[in-house]
Amino acid sequence: MLSGILIFNQKGENLIFRAFRNDCRPRLADIFRIQVISNPQVRSPILTLGSTTFSHVKHENIYLVAVTKSNANAALIFEFLYRLVLLGKSYFGKFDEEAVKNNFVLIYELLDEILDFGYPQNTETDTLKMYITTEGVKSAIANNPTDSSRITQQATGALSWRRADVKYRKNEAFVDVIEDVNLLMSATGTVLRADVNGQIVMRAYLSGTPECKFGLNDRLLLDNDAAGPGGSTRGGSLGGGENKMGVGSAKTRAAAGSVTLEDCQFHQCVKLGRFDADRIISFVPPDGEFELMRYRATENVNLPFKVHPIVREIGTTKVEYSVAIKANYSSKLFATNVIIRIPTPLNTAKTTERTSQGRAKYEPEHNNIVWKIARFSGGSEYVLTAEAALTSMTNQKAWSRPPLSLSFSLLMFTSSGLLVRYLKVFEKNNYSSVKWVRYMTRAGSYEIRF
Amino acid sequence: MFTAPFVQTSLPIWARSPQGKVAELRQELNSGGKKDKNYSAKKIALKKIVANMTMSNNDMIALFPDIIDCMNLPSLEIKKMCFLFLVNYSRMKPDIALNALPILINDMEASNPLVRALALRTIAYVHVREFVEGTVQPLKRLMGDMDPYVRKTAAFCVAKLYEHDRKMVETSDLIARLNEMLKDENPTVVSSVLASLVDIWGRSETISLTIDYSSASKLVSILPDCSEWGQTYILESLMSYVPQDSAEALLLAERIAPRLSHSNSAVVLTSIRVILYLMNYIAEERHITSLSRKLSPPLVTLLSKPPEVQYLALRNAILILQKRPEVLRNDIRVFFCNYNDPIYVKVTKLELIFMLTTKENISVVLAELREYATEIDVHFVRKAVRAIGKLAIKIESSARQCIDTLLDLVNAKIPYIVQEATVVIRNIFRKYPNQYENIIGQVIQNIDELDEPEAKAAVIWIIGQYADRIENSDGLLQDYLATFHDETVEVQLALLTATVKLFIQRPTKGQQLVPQVLKWCTEETDDPDLRDRGYMYWRLLSTDPATARQVVMGQKPPISAESEKLDSRTLEELCLNVGTLATVYLKPVQQVFRSARTRRLQYSPALQKTHEDFTATTWKLPAPVANPNPATSPTAAANGSATTPTGSSSAAVSVADSYFNSVAVGTQQMASLDLGGREDGGAGGGGAPQSQYVVNQNQQQAYQPQLAGGSATGELLLL
Repeated sequence: MLSGILIFNQKGENLIFRAFRNDCRPRLADIFRIQVISNPQVRSPILTLGSTTFSHVKHENIYLVAVTKSNANAALIFEFLYRLVLLGKSYFGKFDEEAVKNNFVLIYELLDEILDFGYPQNTETDTLKMYITTEGVKSAIANNPTDSSRITQQATGALSWRRADVKYRKNEAFVDVIEDVNLLMSATGTVLRADVNGQIVMRAYLSGTPECKFGLNDRLLLDNDAAGPGGSTRGGSLGGGENKMGVGSAKTRAAAGSVTLEDCQFHQCVKLGRFDADRIISFVPPDGEFELMRYRATENVNLPFKVHPIVREIGTTKVEYSVAIKANYSSKLFATNVIIRIPTPLNTAKTTERTSQGRAKYEPEHNNIVWKIARFSGGSEYVLTAEAALTSMTNQKAWSRPPLSLSFSLLMFTSSGLLVRYLKVFEKNNYSSVKWVRYMTRAGSYEIRF
Repeated sequence: MFTAPFVQTSLPIWARSPQGKVAELRQELNSGGKKDKNYSAKKIALKKIVANMTMSNNDMIALFPDIIDCMNLPSLEIKKMCFLFLVNYSRMKPDIALNALPILINDMEASNPLVRALALRTIAYVHVREFVEGTVQPLKRLMGDMDPYVRKTAAFCVAKLYEHDRKMVETSDLIARLNEMLKDENPTVVSSVLASLVDIWGRSETISLTIDYSSASKLVSILPDCSEWGQTYILESLMSYVPQDSAEALLLAERIAPRLSHSNSAVVLTSIRVILYLMNYIAEERHITSLSRKLSPPLVTLLSKPPEVQYLALRNAILILQKRPEVLRNDIRVFFCNYNDPIYVKVTKLELIFMLTTKENISVVLAELREYATEIDVHFVRKAVRAIGKLAIKIESSARQCIDTLLDLVNAKIPYIVQEATVVIRNIFRKYPNQYENIIGQVIQNIDELDEPEAKAAVIWIIGQYADRIENSDGLLQDYLATFHDETVEVQLALLTATVKLFIQRPTKGQQLVPQVLKWCTEETDDPDLRDRGYMYWRLLSTDPATARQVVMGQKPPISAESEKLDSRTLEELCLNVGTLATVYLKPVQQVFRSARTRRLQYSPALQKTHEDFTATTWKLPAPVANPNPATSPTAAANGSATTPTGSSSAAVSVADSYFNSVAVGTQQMASLDLGGREDGGAGGGGAPQSQYVVNQNQQQAYQPQLAGGSATGELLLL
């Protein structure tokens, strides 16, 4: 497994060097600096030189590097590096060069704890924060043997992600369904690809050891469910405002159709066996925020925006644009921060734009016209017309016409049509809990060729 | 707050000698005295020392004795910093390090489990004989500690000691005790024991690891109670279970399948590895199909992970697709590139797109590839163009469509696209003789755009081959011959052959050129290949022009586009390593990782191995095991796809190799084949027409991930 973990800044200075095996020598830091950081032509996150493999990810302005000497499990390496980033963010707010420099002792302490002989150990933030802390004061509890046993039980237990003694006066759970809708549309308007990557993020503020059951309008589940209507009508909008959920309310079930989830992936806490057997999502949540699941849907994707670009190259001196964008969702909803990036040729000298809504600006550093619409109501349609004047070039190379891209966020709308049907909480103290659900659709890679 | 003194490597920022700095830190370390109740002064000093230690200067070693004095202070934070120092410097000053040994031994008896585990973990990192030997006794005790956290630390400790001193561990009963620990009731301990055992297994050919069905079954049952990493360790260990019975294998595979929904891609890919492995032992086709169907969605879902994980998933998809084509029956469009994908993801997607293209979806694919050909990254664009050409060869019924797309691209007159297209069009001509020659005119038009040897050689081949159909073929050749001496050998060889072909087809036009070229090739060159071929043509032409015509213009064996198939032995091995680094390179594991222990499918009555698998491996060249330069060495895969990345003429050499190999095995016609197999088709008419050539145009440069950042990482399956 891993022989060492190294962290570098962008200049190639080695900030952290922790070896876990004798074969991880300090000079490897120089090799990585020379071969990867100062090499502009790096085209792979994995580099094998002789018997040493460097696997790296970049985050903010630092490189996190894993050194291995054997044919190690590459998936584990990258998952671990990303976990390290996550831990860094949860400990320091931001995990960048400055955070590393200010907290290097803590980082060494963490590395010693989360890797043993290069094998990842417990990496649950909640447990780690019980005995590895930024202030160093709290770690006094770890000096006490009985408290320590509690920590060690937690770190090796079956519920390593949750402390047993969580208490809240008010028990609440917030569920965010966040969908990234991806679109690739050809110049002729055919949808080449449209799919949804969804994630369900939960913030659980629940006392004790709550057993949660979570239900979606998942077609496979509803088909099993005799009571379910299993209708094929698809809900485009899901009603405004933040919904206070009725537990297992029959109304929500009736209101929506069902969706076919291509695939789901769950947080460590979800009992996968149960899901595989009867598609019930059952779990004991970690305390606080975590990503409960990710899913993918490819059927019947509702595209929130239709874009119709007309781009004409007039000779070699001018490009004319006419871009129309229409909101394809209920007029009760509105999208925010709609940004349309319209590529311009590299030799653009100046541009003129006119828009029927929002503001457009030319960004020479990105070769883009950026059109921003702060609030985009459902059903409306806006148009931009623009012209880019080009300078003449000695080497007349054809313009690659990169695709036009969109970003936006749209509340109370899911492109897949996914709905949360219920979230049930069972706890031995039998307290009542309040649950909230919120839906949002964002642009993933929303690209239109022209 | 203090800030870390981070920047003193060569030029000291404070004009002060290293000794001065050490003295100052030492003073700071001891400054607090009795007043310093919380040891805050010590902590600050220690932090500075640790910071200096990382910045790779060894000055801090002088503080070793002072650090050891701090080790016993009642603060876990201080202890940890001191231990870090100890682990870093003990090898350089083992004599001083020894003073820390009693402290560590003592800590291993502490009442606090965190302290016991920390001491055990630390002592086993120290590569000093006394430490290693001193660990054994306490370790034996701590393996039975009442605290699971200490026990799991002890489990890893055995593997650490094995790294330090293999003999000592083998002669002790540590491994037996470790085995005993598999009965532990705590799942984390069990998974740690397995990780430790697999680690030891990987380092020693003498140790074997066998897991029977009841143990395997028990391990699968504790999977849900383990951390994600623990699950990965258990899954990896399951590769050592050899099913004796088809039903056992099936049951286990089905019980592992729920793991495919885990959010950690290591769990997912390792589950895929185990399930693929178990499928080798499952008899019924029906079950294989249903398991295959389960593998596909999780692989595609990994495409929404960070790019590094996507890359890994895609490389593995290439692998799995060859082993189980039924797995990825998805819509090909999930593999279409996003504009912002990193280049390594794009290139791998392109390979998958090529592999998944069929008659049914070729129109969508061609439109997509055409899009890629307009992108900025030259390397990627060329691959896209090449893929179009290879699709023409792969899917005969769509060749026309591919050619039209290519010509369309050529019309944009972007030099690198034209060059790439020229090369693939040459191959299309070879694949489909007398079908698409009407486009020669369009190809020749762009002759002035070509400046790369491979593209030049391609167009020269076209001119030579079709000298009788191209009006001014002699003039075109003459233009190139004018700079004959400045060309690379690849181009010179092509020119020689093309001139001879011109002469044979149009003697009047060629009669002036041929003697001149033959003279250059035989008298004015240092290159032995060129000279030999020159002499050969000379003799041939002077002895018997009719035979010369038969040889030079003879019928050429067909080519195929399937050069990227891994040979079955490598494929088998890589499938047992799904998710590991080797799958990124898609090469025999030992070629990249020399010390890796080989994995092979173990025989059992349940093993379902097809007959071809055995026959195919019987005559194959063994992979070079002890190659000093693994990644640049030739892939000794003679299974009709030898790839010998040695430079410009490599394609010819490898084609010849594969040709001879196949002939030697097949028909024993070696003797009748003298120069058969030169890529330019110089001969071969008399050979075995049924044997397949493989287009190996992908070797325009040597594959050397060793160099410059590994731009070609893992591109064995170049397009």
